[in-house]
Amino acid sequence: MFDACPRHSLPALPGVGYKPQHFSAIMADAGPVGWLEIHAENYMGAGGQPRAQLRHLSDRFPVSVHGLGLSIGGEGGLDPDHLARLKTLCDWLQPASFSEHLAWSSHGDAFLNDLLPLPYTAATLDRVCAHIDQVKDVLGRQMLLENPASYLAFADSEMEETDFLSQVARRTGCGLLLDVNNVFVSATNLRQAPQAYIDAFPLDAVGEIHLGGHDEDSDETGAPLMIDSHGRDVADPVWALLDETLDRIGPKPVLIEWDTDVPDWPVLADAAQRAAAALQKVSA
Amino acid sequence: MTSQAAFRTALLDPEAPTPAGLITPEGATATRRFDVYRNNVAVSLAEALETAFPVLHKLVGDAFFRAMAGVYLRRHPPRSPLMMGYGAELPDFLQGFAPAQSLPYLPDVARLELALGQAYRAADAAPVDPAALAALPEHTLPRLRIGFAPALRLVASNHPVHGIWAANAAGGGKPVPRAETALVTRPGFDPMVDALTPDQGRILAALVDGAPLGDALHTGGPAVDVGPLLAVLLQRGAITSLTAEEPGP
Amino acid sequence: MTKTTTRLALAASVATAVAGLTTAAQAQENVKCYGVSLAGENDCAAGPGTTCAGTSTVDYQGNAWTLVPAGTCEDMDLPEMADGTERMGSLEPLERDLPA
Repeated sequence: MFDACPRHSLPALPGVGYKPQHFSAIMADAGPVGWLEIHAENYMGAGGQPRAQLRHLSDRFPVSVHGLGLSIGGEGGLDPDHLARLKTLCDWLQPASFSEHLAWSSHGDAFLNDLLPLPYTAATLDRVCAHIDQVKDVLGRQMLLENPASYLAFADSEMEETDFLSQVARRTGCGLLLDVNNVFVSATNLRQAPQAYIDAFPLDAVGEIHLGGHDEDSDETGAPLMIDSHGRDVADPVWALLDETLDRIGPKPVLIEWDTDVPDWPVLADAAQRAAAALQKVSA
Repeated sequence: MTSQAAFRTALLDPEAPTPAGLITPEGATATRRFDVYRNNVAVSLAEALETAFPVLHKLVGDAFFRAMAGVYLRRHPPRSPLMMGYGAELPDFLQGFAPAQSLPYLPDVARLELALGQAYRAADAAPVDPAALAALPEHTLPRLRIGFAPALRLVASNHPVHGIWAANAAGGGKPVPRAETALVTRPGFDPMVDALTPDQGRILAALVDGAPLGDALHTGGPAVDVGPLLAVLLQRGAITSLTAEEPGP
Repeated sequence: MTKTTTRLALAASVATAVAGLTTAAQAQENVKCYGVSLAGENDCAAGPGTTCAGTSTVDYQGNAWTLVPAGTCEDMDLPEMADGTERMGSLEPLERDLPA
């Protein structure tokens, strides 16, 4: 079932975002789930239950470390303390993958606990590439960079997001984490076709795919405004977009993200089963 | 140019205009769309506080807690990407927060909830065998130095901080009006809270500071039996080392 | 206390502490409080799916402070606190948000 070295690469199987309340269920029977993703910042304490659970899980499953706090798009430099904490975690856990976001979340001494948007300019590109190079140097491993969910655009932007990501991948050699729900959310919000985004995306750099649920709201003109809430089932158009993407690139690690109103394990396992079926269709 | 400084300022100030240069697909100012980010920041921080301070939330009720969190998060946004530490300034904030002055015990309850969170993630440590304490020669006891698990926390209060917490978190009865020191330990993975008397709290604080047992005993006032305190500490696996020195010449 | 009485008191205390451990287990039975409860975790920065909750100005304007604590504090029944603070302080609403 597993390759010879299962903990050191993410398999092209469904994964789920790990929540501590699911520990026993996962250890008893993970069903179709072949790997787990954790949020890096939740495992930066010195000890206790979080680290103990993670140690047990990583003996059984490949683990992906997904950062939320590095602020790779920040105007200031990367926080050296946070980078050091990431290195400590990765050195201890030896995860199969490390990923972060094309976004910023810290400014000055404030951490804003949200993934905030960036204008796609030459200056932003230089900064993001420099930060990714710095992460690679410190962690001693390559990272994956995730496309954001966008609610607005910048008048200053000089290029499309897909061009921006293509150049980041080319210049730094990093891989990309394609969040298909984010593609759907951003495209809807910015009145673009999600398929056109996938067409323009540098698919050969994709190392992982994310799926999550979104909520529907509307802007002041009554136009639909999709919000990346991670609090419900993956929507049908997003599953369709996954199928189209997998048709193009073949099987990849596919993660179900569910972070608010987290359901009982069987609901997550069902979503993972659906991802397994989508992967099955392209792996013949 | 839309600077991140301007973006940040407007995120935390709902009365500020949407920063220039943020647009809808039609090129209009993205007001309601910018509000998504404002919402994510304020709600996620308020919810982080609610998760970290469940007893505080219960004591003051949801409406008050939410409103208080709205003031707090704008005055004290996180200074680190580690949300597990968020709320460290909440006890001091509550001390000076006029609408909370009718409940003078709130800051100490907040200190206790912070201590629980810290204990939950503190480094693991192996406790000593109680028999090792019993085996120490009597004449070494006054100069005994005790090492404690990294999870141990003390919250000294002029209020029944343990009783208030237990009544809300653990189905305890009504608190008795008195001063209490809450002892937080973590045998295994679940933090526990025990009530100490103020005298016991002072003795333990001195021990934690590195005082030898004989000196620490004197901080507790005359006629304090340190036995029950040692029993709780052993019971909770909170003692991790015993360093007995021979008396000097 | 003299050195000798200190030493004797400590010896007696240690003896009772260790001897009483098994009974203390029942007597001190206390609350397992935490389990997997998560104190301020980082989660994906996903809001609750609306644009409104964090943008309302009502929630922190001065007039919101007609709010008074109204949870279980009302059941705590602490008529006079140990430090002599009276139970009920001033509940007058503030004119404005407190200055930062």
